[in-house]
Amino acid sequence: MNTLLHTMGVAGASGLQVVLTGAGGLVLLGLMRKVRARLEGRVGAPILQPLRDVRKLMRKERLRPEFATWIFPLAPVILVATVGVAAVMTPLVTSRPALSSGADLFVVVYLLLLGSTIIALAGLDAGTAFGGMGSSRALTIGALAEPALLVTILALSISAHSSNFPVIIRATIVDPGVIISPARLFALAALLIVIVAECGRLPVDNPATHLELTMIHEAMILEYAGPDLALVTLGEAMRLALLLGVFVNLIVPWGIASSTSIAAIVLGMVVLCAKVATVACALSFAEVFMAKLRLFRLPELLAGAFVLALLGVVSGVVAK
Amino acid sequence: MNHSAYASLLGLGCAAIVLCAVVTLWRRSLRAIVRALAVQGVALALVALTLGLHGHNRGLEIVAVLVFVAKGVVVPTLITRVVRHDVASRETQPLVNVPASLVAAGVLIFLAFSASRSVSVLASSASGRLIPYGMAAMLIGFFALATRRKAVSQIVGLLLVDNGIALVAFLATAGVPLIVELGASLDVLLIVVVLQVLATQMRLRLGSLDLDQLAELHD
Repeated sequence: MNTLLHTMGVAGASGLQVVLTGAGGLVLLGLMRKVRARLEGRVGAPILQPLRDVRKLMRKERLRPEFATWIFPLAPVILVATVGVAAVMTPLVTSRPALSSGADLFVVVYLLLLGSTIIALAGLDAGTAFGGMGSSRALTIGALAEPALLVTILALSISAHSSNFPVIIRATIVDPGVIISPARLFALAALLIVIVAECGRLPVDNPATHLELTMIHEAMILEYAGPDLALVTLGEAMRLALLLGVFVNLIVPWGIASSTSIAAIVLGMVVLCAKVATVACALSFAEVFMAKLRLFRLPELLAGAFVLALLGVVSGVVAK
Repeated sequence: MNHSAYASLLGLGCAAIVLCAVVTLWRRSLRAIVRALAVQGVALALVALTLGLHGHNRGLEIVAVLVFVAKGVVVPTLITRVVRHDVASRETQPLVNVPASLVAAGVLIFLAFSASRSVSVLASSASGRLIPYGMAAMLIGFFALATRRKAVSQIVGLLLVDNGIALVAFLATAGVPLIVELGASLDVLLIVVVLQVLATQMRLRLGSLDLDQLAELHD
């Protein structure tokens, strides 16, 4: 009876994480746009606008390019599915999510990268010039960000002796001194740059632009419409929310539920929302003062992230 | 000061010093590079102060204050004055481009840590283990000296080397004698003053601070 209750609690908490990244991710997008609009002196759209947009798109007619293959309709589904699976096993609300023994950081990260890659393929699939250009740029950025990401994971896992994400979080709660160790700080800085690059935020990509020559992510999904576009938007929002959740839990892991009691999970949910909203507002605030980097300057930024991650690894080894 | 706070403060200070060294290779704007140098000077002073407070070493505390004034305030201010008069205050074309020099910095960091492993194993104290950070800052400084073209970024490279050596000295011997430290600081100040004179002369004669223009004889 007790084990059944426990299993139900774990499953419920993980399900809550998926719902939270889905709905919360869209609200997060709205919040970031609102903060930016207010700082620019505009009123801005309501915070719930992305949710309404997705609902509106869901009701629209399904339109697909004439010559697209099966990849095109499948890509949004795969994007949402991979982010969903990653959301199940990442410690966001609870430090003991379902499938936690398999929740290696490498698995989580590559699930997310799988979604990005399939969207890039779909961009090529429609056969238009913009889609191809966007995909080629997105894959270039992805390839540059990947070494930095791998080394960052290595740096994060040194102090906990494990690359299992829930284990890292639990070790951080037991010994909070790790957070201000140079290894963790370097790794977090590198991770932040990689998150910005992967989610297509400023200064890597301007999420609000529709100018043909500068857009990266928008160019890839230009051919999507209706329910497909709704899924892509949802998947991207979920990815942003998930990555920011991972980031904040590595800085301030407190408040995360360590048991399966309802009170602990509700507390974990509220604390997570507050933490992610704070970081998102800070990010949005910083974006106002930033211009998009030229595409040929991006290797400098991501090479910097790589060196930071490397410093993280080296200082982690020295501290041993 | 308890031991864990001492160790983490020391670690953060050393990490900040290497980070500033990397930033000087990362950024192109000379102002940003000089700002990184100033932060590095402050971090160096912090490390010296931490060591002094922990070891109850009055001499080292005085040195920390001196380092703060000289390397954190005076030298960066002097260099900033040179930069301000330069119209194109950017490192436009280093001999090795920025991504490649960042990767080289990564290799140098590895080199520093593997080369000084035997030294830091000998030193069992918390400070001794941090010696590789000083070596890394030094090697990055040499790299900046070798590959940058502007007079200002070369002098920054030289100062990085100097800061690295000072860090190793603090960590390994808990501070060199006050008189030696004074001599080294004055040396650096003198170099910066010479730079200022040189920069003024170069700007008068050539109109820029690009050292490549000194490769051939002008009338």
